[in-house]
Amino acid sequence: MIELKGIRKQFGSHVVFDDIDLHLERGEIIVIVGPSGTGKSTLLRCINFLETPDAGQLTIGDLSLDATSATREQILALRRRTAFVFQNYALFANKTALQNIAEGMIVVDGIAKREAYARAREILERIGLADKADAYPAALSGGQQQRVGIGRAMAANAEVILFDEPTSSLDPQWVEEVLGLMKQLAAEHQTMIVVTHEMQFAREVADRVVFMDQGRIIEQAPPAELFSHPKDERTQQFLRKILAANVV
Amino acid sequence: MHALDFDYMLGLVPILLGYLPLTLEMAAAGMACALILACLLAVIRVTRLPGLNAFALLFISFFRGTPLLVQLFLFYYGLPQVLTFLVAINGITATILGLTLHFSAYMAESIRAAIVGIDRSQTEAALSIGMTRAQLMRRIVLPQATRVATPTLMNYFIDMIKSTSLAFTLGVTELMGATQKEAAGSFLYFEAFLVVAVIYWIVVEALSWVQKWLEQRLNRAYQR
Ligand SMILES: Nc1ncnc2c1ncn2[C@@H]1O[C@H](COP(=O)(O)OP(=O)(O)O)[C@@H](O)[C@H]1O
Ligand SMILES: [Mg+2]
Repeated sequence: MIELKGIRKQFGSHVVFDDIDLHLERGEIIVIVGPSGTGKSTLLRCINFLETPDAGQLTIGDLSLDATSATREQILALRRRTAFVFQNYALFANKTALQNIAEGMIVVDGIAKREAYARAREILERIGLADKADAYPAALSGGQQQRVGIGRAMAANAEVILFDEPTSSLDPQWVEEVLGLMKQLAAEHQTMIVVTHEMQFAREVADRVVFMDQGRIIEQAPPAELFSHPKDERTQQFLRKILAANVV
Repeated sequence: MHALDFDYMLGLVPILLGYLPLTLEMAAAGMACALILACLLAVIRVTRLPGLNAFALLFISFFRGTPLLVQLFLFYYGLPQVLTFLVAINGITATILGLTLHFSAYMAESIRAAIVGIDRSQTEAALSIGMTRAQLMRRIVLPQATRVATPTLMNYFIDMIKSTSLAFTLGVTELMGATQKEAAGSFLYFEAFLVVAVIYWIVVEALSWVQKWLEQRLNRAYQR
C-alpha cells in the first residue's frame, strides 16, 4: 500500500503543489496525466526523495515517514522500496546492460555477484535483451536502453515502480516495445505510477487515471469513466487537446 | 669552442641510464599518491563537503600558487626545523611528497571538471536505486571521470617526470644529479647535459605514444 498525505513542494517562492493526497493499493496501476509544468515529475520525484518534499507524510508498505523529519536511513529505506524509470533512461554509461541491472542488487542489496548476475540474466530474458547482456548503453537503441532502464527497476524488487514519461524521448518506432514491456509488468500486477501522454496505454492498462493541473489533483477515476465522462471543465479541455493530438 | 666529444657522450649513456629507474620510481610514486589525493580533493569540492571544502580550496590555491621548487625547499629544509620529528626526512621522500601535493592540486581540478561533466541523470538513477553518495562516487562517477580526465592526467604525469629533476637540489642523485656530478668531474658540461636532455626527451616521447594509444582505447570504451 502506498499513501501520500499533504505533500508539499516549492522551489524558492514557487509552490509547485501544497497538499497532494494519493492512495494506491498493492498491485494497482495508476496513470497521471496533465499539462506540462503542472508538477507531475516533481510529485514522482518527491515519492523517492529525489526531491525532498517540504511537508507531508509518505507511507510505502511498512515504512512511514514524515517529510520534514526524515532521516538518511529512512530515505535510503524508502528508495529501496521504490524504483524509478527516467524519461532519458539514465543508464550507467560505464556499465553493460547486464551490469546496469545487477548493480543495485550487488551494491544496495548486498547479493553475491554470481547470484546477482544470474538474476540479471533472467531479467534480460524477460525484457527480451538476452543477447545484449554485454552491450554498453551507447551501443543500444533508445528502445533497448529504456527496456534496460525498466529492467534495472525490476531488479530493485520495489513495492512500486515510478515511471516519468518513459516513452517521451523515444523515436516513434521504439515506443511500442517499451509500452509492451510495461503492459507485461502490469499483467504481473506490479504496482506502478506512470506519468505519460500515451492515452491508449492509460485506457488499456490503468486501474485509475489521475488528472493533475497546476499542482492539484483535479479528478481521478477508472480510465473508461474519466475519458468518457470527465467531470471538471479543465479535464475536459485537456482531454480534447491531447486526444486531438494523439489521433494525428 | 671544441668539437663534441662523442666517445664521452656514448660512455655517459649507460652510466646515466642507471639513474633512470630512481627518476621513474619517484614519478610513479608521486603520481599514485597524487591521484588518490586528487580524487579526494575533487570529491570534497564537488560535494562541497562542509568544513573540508574550505580546506580543499586553500590547499589547491596554495599548491598551484607557489613554485614547486619553493615547496620542495619548504618541505626538505624548512619543515624539519619546525616539526622536529621530520629531521629524518630524506630527499627522495621530500621529493615524492612535494610532487604529490603540488600535482594533486592541479589534478583535483581536472578530475572535478570531469565529474561535473557527467550527466546528472546517472547520479539520480544511482540514488533512486538506493545507493549512498559514497557508492555513487566510487562505482559510477569516478570511473567515468577518471577516464575523461586521463589524457590530462597523463600530461601531468609527463610533467611530473620532468619535475623530478628538481630533486637534485635536495641532494638526491637521480638522473639530473648524476649528470651534474659527471659534468663537474669532466668539465664537459655541454656534452653531459645534452645527453641527459635526450634521455628525458626519449622517455617523454615514449610516454606520449602510450598516451595516444590510451586515448584511442578510451574513446572506444563503453561503446561496444
Ligand atoms: N529543480 C527545479 N528548480 C526549480 N523549479 C523547478 C525544478 N523542477 C521543476 N521546477 C518547476 O516546477 C514546476 C513543475 O515542474 P514538473 O514537475 O517538471 O512538471 P511536469 O512534470 O508536470 O511537466 C514547473 O514550473 C517547473 O519549472
Ligand atoms: Mg515532467
